[in-house]
Amino acid sequence: MFSLERWQEIFEAIGKNKLRTFLTGLSVASGIFILVILLAIGQGMSNGVAKEFENDATNRISVWTNVTSVEYKGMNPGRRIEMDNRDYNMAVKKNSDKIELKSGVYSRWGQLTTYKKESGSYRVEGVGGDYQFLENETLVAGRYINQNDLNYFEKNAVIGHQVFLDLFKGKNAIGEYIDIGGIKFKVVGVYTDPGGEREETRVFIPLTTAQRVYNAGDKLRSIAFTLQKHDKYKDALAASEAFSAELEADLKAKHTIAPEDNRAVNVNNTLENAKRFYDLNNMIRWFFWGVGICTIIAGVVGVSNIMLIIVKERTKEIGIRKAIGAEPWSIIGMILHESIFVTAIAGFVGLIFSLILLQLVGPFIEMDYIRNPSVDFSVAITTVIILVVAGAIAGFFPAYRAANIKPIDALRDE
Amino acid sequence: MIEIKNLHKSYHMGKNSLHVLKGINFSVSEGEMVSIMGSSGSGKSTLLNILGILDEADEGTYTLDGTLIKNLNEKVAARYRNKFLGFIFQSFNLINYKSALENVAMPLYYQGVKRNIRTEKAMHYLEKVGLADWASHLPSELSGGQKQRVAIARALASDPKVLLADEPTGALDTKTSYEVMDLIQGINDEGKTILIVTHEEDIAHMTKRIVNLKDGLIIDDSVVNQVRAKNEAYV
Ligand SMILES: Nc1ncnc2c1ncn2[C@@H]1O[C@H](COP(=O)(O)OP(=O)(O)OP(=O)(O)O)[C@@H](O)[C@H]1O
Ligand SMILES: [Mg+2]
Repeated sequence: MFSLERWQEIFEAIGKNKLRTFLTGLSVASGIFILVILLAIGQGMSNGVAKEFENDATNRISVWTNVTSVEYKGMNPGRRIEMDNRDYNMAVKKNSDKIELKSGVYSRWGQLTTYKKESGSYRVEGVGGDYQFLENETLVAGRYINQNDLNYFEKNAVIGHQVFLDLFKGKNAIGEYIDIGGIKFKVVGVYTDPGGEREETRVFIPLTTAQRVYNAGDKLRSIAFTLQKHDKYKDALAASEAFSAELEADLKAKHTIAPEDNRAVNVNNTLENAKRFYDLNNMIRWFFWGVGICTIIAGVVGVSNIMLIIVKERTKEIGIRKAIGAEPWSIIGMILHESIFVTAIAGFVGLIFSLILLQLVGPFIEMDYIRNPSVDFSVAITTVIILVVAGAIAGFFPAYRAANIKPIDALRDE
Repeated sequence: MIEIKNLHKSYHMGKNSLHVLKGINFSVSEGEMVSIMGSSGSGKSTLLNILGILDEADEGTYTLDGTLIKNLNEKVAARYRNKFLGFIFQSFNLINYKSALENVAMPLYYQGVKRNIRTEKAMHYLEKVGLADWASHLPSELSGGQKQRVAIARALASDPKVLLADEPTGALDTKTSYEVMDLIQGINDEGKTILIVTHEEDIAHMTKRIVNLKDGLIIDDSVVNQVRAKNEAYV
């Protein structure tokens, strides 16, 4: 059916009917182009929302310990449980594919902090670099704790905006030295926190430094994680609960705590916040699927119309061909072969143009709610295939009808 | 070659029906050149379309080269048209986006002839009608007479048993008409069976037999002395 002879016949028809081919191709190509761009904007919005909510540390899991409340293996209740770096490392190692952000924390309350004549009492927390995002903090100056600080036990500090106002009265703080409980720390950053004043009256220092200066060995007060995002809230919830349960069980086993003791180890996840993100993301997704499907339908209708017009325009030619011996199926085959070929080529041209545009412009788009619009290549290919197949199906009926009208009727069509 | 018995054909338009052919009996043997005459609306084209398997009779039998033509589906009809018949139309009916050569090669395409052989054969027939130099021209670049000659070459290309022409000179001036008739006479000389519908006396007399239709019946069928188009002085 798809013989070389027919290909030649079709190339001839395409070559000789450039305008018709061009217009068909243009409408298909622009349809695909618009569709891909729309899908990309949808993805961009999804990315944008993800970015906005990233700061809320969706799906955060916090772990802290307390005293035991249940007698277990001959040990009395009231035993204080303390986590250490090994607990943290164990959890990280076991779940490296699930975890997105992570930090161990060693904190002290009420540390007297002084700069020149000003002083205040603040909570000091030794943390890792990810903690900024776990706590949804935004830097207003300088930088956050980094790996280098951790590796070399640097005495650097990132102070809350309220601390900055208390001690520095609005003057430059970066590079200045503050005194925390008798030890000098260099201020490397100032942060704000949407939690407000209460959250901004903290000073962050490298975890390793905190453990060293407070003689804490490798003890940790708490551990915080976020998990990789999921497409669906349901999945995220399931992943989070499984992770929490497993972590709690592991910690209890390691520290010899009764499984039913619900005081000694606390694992808390804040997925409730995340529900908003997932809901919004779902809405965007549905909306753009709706838009996409509507666009595909419009594209299919457009292609069908073009096919109808082409067949109408070729009625006389079909009559001539039949009079000189063309069988109906060879007519149908010819029309469909040509239209599939043209729509497929045009579809891919539209696809390539839209992908090039996205490649060139996409990365520069960083508005509040649109970020790096892009499409999944397989989705794009699928839309092209859908359009081509739908075009072929839509073209089949007029072609079939035209191929079956009597040649005299077709020839009379002037 | 052609044998029809008691052929009837009516057209139905809504409630009205028009009885166009009212029992035609008529036969043509191989090598004949017959003209069908009659006033406008007498059913000449209707008859020719039935002979060309472009349309079907309501009643009666039609045998073409020993094959009964009855209740054919479109596929078989197309095959028979391709194998047995060549058409020449008043309005040429060339495919406008194809060159003269490609038009002539079309019937061969539907016979499944390979491209290079197709081109070769088509060129041969174009030479025969004297248009070898115009092979690559589109129909729109040809005169009426040239278009009709391309159409004749196309009709010949599949080497049909019968050539059917519905007013082949209807759209041409006298001089060109005679040139075309000269060509058709030459083809008949080579032995091809030809039927021509015309309402021009001079054209009819260039055939060997004239059949006269009136109100859907044959009123006269007589052999005539063929006038050679080449010798005719045109006014
Ligand atoms: N498809 C059709 N539907 C209805 N009536 C038709 C159809 N084709 C032809 N007729 C009618 O049938 C009659 C015969 O038509 P036909 O075309 O055979 O005439 P003709 O002899 O070829 O005339 P002309 O010399 O004008 O070409 C006419 O009255 C015409 O109106
Ligand atoms: Mg007529």
